[in-house]
Amino acid sequence: MKNFAYARAQDADTAVQLITQNQNAKFLSGGTNLVDLMRENIEQPDHLIDVTGLPLAQVEELPGGGVSIGALVRNSHLAANQIIRERYPVLSQAILMGASAQIRNMATTGGNLMQRTRCYYFYDTDARCNKREPGTGCDALEGFNRIHAILGASDDCIATHPSDMCVALAALDATVHVTGTGVERTIPIVEFHRLPEDTPQIDTNLQPDELITSVELPALPFARNSMYRKVRDRASYAFALVSVAAALEVEDGTIKNVRLALGGVAHKPWRATEAEKVLTGAKADEEIFKRAAAEELKAARGYKHNSFKIELAERTIVSVLKTLASEGGAR
Amino acid sequence: MSARIVKPGAIGQPFSRVDGRLKVTGKATFAAEYKVENVAHGALVFSQIARGKIKNIETSAARNAPGVILVLTHENAPEMKKTPVFGSDSEEMGAASSSILYLNTDEVYFNGQPVAVVVAETLEQAEHAATLVAVEYEEKQAKLILQAEKPDAVLPEHIPGEPSDLKQGDAEGALAEALYKVDNIYTTPPFNHNAIELHATLAEWSEDEKSLTVYDSTQYVIGVQEMLAKKFSLRKENVRVIGSFVGGGFGGKGNAWAHVSLTVAAAKVVKRPVKLVLSREGVHLSVGGRTPTEQRVALAANDVGKLTALIHTGFTQTTEHNNFAEQFTFPARHLYKSENIWLRQEMVHLDIVPNTFMRAPGESPGTFALESAIDELAHEMGIDPIELRARNEPDRDPVKDLPFSMRNIKEAYRVGAEMFGWSKRHAAPRTMRDGRFLIGCGVATAFYPAYQFPAAARVEIHADGTAIAQSAMHEMGMGSATAQAQNLADELGLSFEQVRFEYGDSNFPYAPVAGGSNSTISVGAAVKAACDDAKKKIHGLVGEDDASPLKGTRFDEVEFREGGIYRRDDATKGETFHAILRRFEEDKIEGEGEAAPGAESEKYSMGSYGALFCEVRVDEETGEVRVSRFLGVYDCGKIINPKTASSQWRGGITMGIGMALTEEALFDVRKGRIVNPSLAEYHLPVNLDVPNIEIHFLDIPDPLTPMGAHGVGEIGITGVAAAVANAVFNATGKRIRDLPITLDKLL
Amino acid sequence: MSRKPKQKAHIEFTLNGETAEVAFAPHKTLLEVLREDLNLTGTKHGCELGECGTCTVLVDRKPILSCLMLGLDVEGREVTTVEGMNEGAQLHPLQETFADTGAAQCGYCTPGFLLVAKELLTKNPNPTREEIKEALSGNLCRCTGYIKIYEAVELAAAKMRGESVELPKESVYGYE
Repeated sequence: MKNFAYARAQDADTAVQLITQNQNAKFLSGGTNLVDLMRENIEQPDHLIDVTGLPLAQVEELPGGGVSIGALVRNSHLAANQIIRERYPVLSQAILMGASAQIRNMATTGGNLMQRTRCYYFYDTDARCNKREPGTGCDALEGFNRIHAILGASDDCIATHPSDMCVALAALDATVHVTGTGVERTIPIVEFHRLPEDTPQIDTNLQPDELITSVELPALPFARNSMYRKVRDRASYAFALVSVAAALEVEDGTIKNVRLALGGVAHKPWRATEAEKVLTGAKADEEIFKRAAAEELKAARGYKHNSFKIELAERTIVSVLKTLASEGGAR
Repeated sequence: MSARIVKPGAIGQPFSRVDGRLKVTGKATFAAEYKVENVAHGALVFSQIARGKIKNIETSAARNAPGVILVLTHENAPEMKKTPVFGSDSEEMGAASSSILYLNTDEVYFNGQPVAVVVAETLEQAEHAATLVAVEYEEKQAKLILQAEKPDAVLPEHIPGEPSDLKQGDAEGALAEALYKVDNIYTTPPFNHNAIELHATLAEWSEDEKSLTVYDSTQYVIGVQEMLAKKFSLRKENVRVIGSFVGGGFGGKGNAWAHVSLTVAAAKVVKRPVKLVLSREGVHLSVGGRTPTEQRVALAANDVGKLTALIHTGFTQTTEHNNFAEQFTFPARHLYKSENIWLRQEMVHLDIVPNTFMRAPGESPGTFALESAIDELAHEMGIDPIELRARNEPDRDPVKDLPFSMRNIKEAYRVGAEMFGWSKRHAAPRTMRDGRFLIGCGVATAFYPAYQFPAAARVEIHADGTAIAQSAMHEMGMGSATAQAQNLADELGLSFEQVRFEYGDSNFPYAPVAGGSNSTISVGAAVKAACDDAKKKIHGLVGEDDASPLKGTRFDEVEFREGGIYRRDDATKGETFHAILRRFEEDKIEGEGEAAPGAESEKYSMGSYGALFCEVRVDEETGEVRVSRFLGVYDCGKIINPKTASSQWRGGITMGIGMALTEEALFDVRKGRIVNPSLAEYHLPVNLDVPNIEIHFLDIPDPLTPMGAHGVGEIGITGVAAAVANAVFNATGKRIRDLPITLDKLL
Repeated sequence: MSRKPKQKAHIEFTLNGETAEVAFAPHKTLLEVLREDLNLTGTKHGCELGECGTCTVLVDRKPILSCLMLGLDVEGREVTTVEGMNEGAQLHPLQETFADTGAAQCGYCTPGFLLVAKELLTKNPNPTREEIKEALSGNLCRCTGYIKIYEAVELAAAKMRGESVELPKESVYGYE
C-alpha cells in the first residue's frame, strides 16, 4: 500500500473542502472496499479524508412515511433496523445476503453505493482493463466472463456492480442526497450508477467533490411484501451470479403495483422497467411472470461463459414473483 | 454395528489435542510470528508472461520508494545452487519444487514466476514498491493448453512406484463385445490447497554468515534444511529449520517454493532478518496446486454385473522442470476385480507453475472418475450401486496379485447403508422432492494406500517420571503430535499427561515429509524403536543391580507400566523410573531409534477404504446444489485418537464437497495466468455449504502396521466428489462429468 | 488538515481492557499494527483483503476485519483480540470448548472464530445451530469442516448459562 496523508473531517463542509483542496484525495468511511483496493495498489490516493466522524449515522422516519438513511449508517445497523425490516424487508434481506457479518459491521450505506466491480481483470493489475486503466482494452471480453454482465454492457467493459444493497434500493426508488462545493442535490438511485459505455472508469454520476450524505426511501406501503433472492456459487460469502429484488401488490388477482430490479447482470443495479410495464395491471399468474421476465431479458447478450445468466435471471424473476404473489401479494 | 476395541492404554482414547490451549489463546507461534529483532519485510514481483527472457528490469523507482532497503533481481542475487527436485529420480529426496533457478536466471518459465524480491521496513512499503518494478520481456511462444499438447504427451517411466501403462488381458476387446458398458470422459479443473495460513518464511543469518536459522511454514523441515544447505553452500548442521505450528498444508507446503530460498538470499544481502509472507495472490501464482485431469473410464460387465473390462486412462499436466504425475489410476488398481484391465497415464508439459501434490493426489480426481463410472454402470444395469461394487470385490489385489493386509469395504457399506437409511432411496432419478428442491442420494468408495517411510526418533525418560520424544515430524492440524504422545505413553507405560512429543525442528531426528498420510505410522514405528532402546538401557541398569527387585530378569520377563518396570510373573516386583534414576544418579535415560517398512509389507497390498453416503438438495429453479447429509464409514485400521481422526475425515469430506461443487482455479490460457487468485473468487466451502457430516470407523487393526494403524489425512477427500455427483444424478437425472458441478451445468 | 504523509502516526486506544499507545507508519492496517508493532500475533492474516475472516478482532465490541481497517481508525476506541479473551489462566468458556472439542485444528482460523462467537453469545446466550452458522458465515476454515466449531459454540453457550454439559459422544468417538 502506498503511503498517504490522512485527515479526519467532523462535518460535511470540511470534508468537501478537504477533498477539493487536495489532489488525488478520497473519502474513507468503512474502508471495506477502498482499503482492499489500496492493498492491491489499484487505488493509490495521496490523501484520505476520513469521514466516519460526521454526524450521518441515523435512520430517521420522514413525514409521509419515507425513511432517511444517513450515509454512515453501518450495513449491519440498517439491516437490523425495525422500520426497515417491516416496511422494506427486501432491503434488509439484500444487505444480510451481502459479504459477511464483519464486513457489514464496517461498511456504510454511502460506501456500499461506491463499491467497485469484482471483475477478475480489474483486480489483476497485469491484465488489460479499461476501468482500471482507460484505453488498455478489456481482457474479460474474451476471457473468463462467467460472472459478467448480460445487460447494458459495452465493448469497453462488461463488468458488473457487486452490491446487493443497491439492487434493493433500485427496486425501492431510493434517492441519493449529496453535498458538494456549496451545492446540495439529489440523484435518483437508477441514475446514480452508470452504464460503462466508452468511459467505464467512471462508475457513478457523483462528482469528485461530492459527498453522499443520505439515502432516502420513499413511502412505499406495498414494499412490505418484498423480497431479495440471491443466486450464487456457494451458500454465503459470494457475489451474486444473479439476484432479484422485488416488491409486489396484487389486488383481486391483478397486479396493482410492482417494483423489480436485478443484480449481478449489469454495470449498475438493473431496474427492470420493461418487465414492470408488462406486469402492471395484468393478471398475476406464472405465465405473465414468464412473459415479463422474457421481455426484460430480450435485450440481454451473453458472452462465452455467462449466457446461462439469461435463463437464470428469467427463472429467478419468475420464482420471486411467484413467491411474493402467493405469500402476501394477493390481498 | 462393529464392536469397538478399547485397550486400557492411551491409544484409542479421544484425548484433546495437546496444543489446543495454545491455539485458543493466540500463543501458538506460526512461522511469521517468531520474534526476531530488526526484521525487514519482503514482497515478491511476479512475471507477467508465461515464457520468455527478461530483457530489462527497471528497479530505480522501487529502490527510491519510501522504506525500501533492497530490490533483489537476477542481476544482483547471490548464487543459489541447483538442488534435487521433490519426487525426482535422484537418490536423495529433494525439497525444491522445481529445477528453476529463481533469480539466478533471466529465463521466465511461467506466468507468476518470482522475478524480484523487494525488501522494505514495512510489509505495505514492500508491497507497494513491488508494483514499481518494471520488467521488459522478450516473449517466447508458451505451451499453455493441455488439449493442444496432447499429441506430444509423454508416458512417464513410472507414476510413484507403479507402471504408468498396465495391461491385463484385452480390455478394449472385451469392451467392444460387452453386454453392458459405459465409456466416458471425466474432467477435473486445477485446484489450490488454500491453507488459511499464508506461506511464510523468516530467515536470519549469523553474523559470520556460516549459519542460518529459518522459520518456515513447511511440511518438510529436513527437506528444507538440506535444500538450503546446498543452495547456499553451508554445512547442513549449520542450517536450522523450524516449523512447529503450520496453519494447514494439504500438500501445499510440502515442497519449498521459490520464496523460501529467495527470502534467505534477501536476508543474506541486507544483512538483516527478512520475513516474507506471500499474499494470497502470491500463493496462487507461485505455489503449484493440483493439476487438472482428463480421464477416460470405460467399464464393461456381463449379465450378472461382473466386470469384464476396466479401462482408466488419461492426461494430466506438469512442467519440464518438475514432472509430478497425479496418480489418478491408483484406485482402479486396487478396488475392483475385472477380467481385463487397462490403465494408462500420460502427461503433457506446459509452461505453468509447477504442479504438486494436494490431499490424496491421484486418488482424489481418480475416485471421482472411477466411482462416477461405477454408478453409471449400476444405473445402466438397474443394479444397486452398493451391490454392483460387492459383486466385483476382489479377494486379492487385482494388479499386484497379493493378499490384502486388511480390507473391510463390504462391512463399511453394510454399516453405512443401515446408518444412512440407504434402502429408503429411490433408484430412479428425479423421483424424490421437497417443494422446489429435488432430492437425491449417492454412494462412492473412498480409497487411499497405506504408506510407511523411514523415520527416526529419540526419547528421554526423566528422573521425575516424565518422558519426551522428538522427531522432525510435522503438525499442520492433523493431530500427529497428540497421536504420537499417545503412542509414547503406551510404549513407556506412562500416562498421557506424563509425556510430551516435540517436532517441527530440523535439529530433531529425521522425519519424512508430511505427505501420503505416512506420519502416524512412519514416526510411530521410530518412536517405538527409540522407546525400545531406552527401555533396554533402563533394564540393563536394573537387571544386574543387587539393589533391584528386577535383578536377574531377562528383558522379555519385564513389562513397563505405571511409570516403572515390573516383572511379568510377579506384579509386585518392580520399581519406578524415578527410583531407578535416583539410585543411579542419572537425570535421564535416552533412547534412539530408526524404523523403515518391513519386508513383510512387500508381500501385501495395503490400503485404507471408506464407504461414503451423500444426500443433496438441488433447487430446480436455479440449479443450486447443497449437500444436505453426508456419512463416511472408514476402514483405516486401528484409530489412535477418535476425536482428532474424526476431524481429519470431516475436513477431508468438506474439501471434497468444495472439489465437487465450488472450487476451481481459473487458468486464462491467453497469458497463462490464474485469474481468481483470491479467497473471494476461489470458492472454498463456507460453513453454510457443509452439512452435518457423520463419521463412523470400523477400528479393525491392520496386523502389519505399527499400532495397527493407518494414516487418515488424505482418504477423507477421496470419493467425495463422486458421491456428490452420483447424488446429483439421482436428484436431477443429469450426469455431470466435469467438475465443479456449478449451477449453470444443471439449468 | 491534510498535508504531507507523516512518517509515524501516534494513537491511543483501549486494547484488551488496558490503555495502549503506539506509533506506526500511518498506512498500516490494524492487523499489521497489532502483529508487528504490538507483537500480538494471535490475530492472523489469511488473505489481507477481507475474504476469509481470519483477522477478525472486536472494535467497540463488534467483530470487524483488522486487515481492512487502518490502524489510525481505532484511535480512542476499544479493541479486543484473542489475547484479551482469557483472564489470566482462566480461559473463556469458548476457549475451553474449542480446545476440548478439537474445533481448533491447525489453529490458524481459530482466533477469528472465537471473537465472532464471543460477540454472538453476548447478544444471544442461547443461539440455535442455524444462528451460529449464520453468525460464523464470514469465517473460513480449511481443516475442520466446521462441525466441531458449532459444537464448541453450543457447549460454551450452555456452560455460560450455567448448565452442566459434556461433549457429545459423536464428537468424541464418531457416530455410533
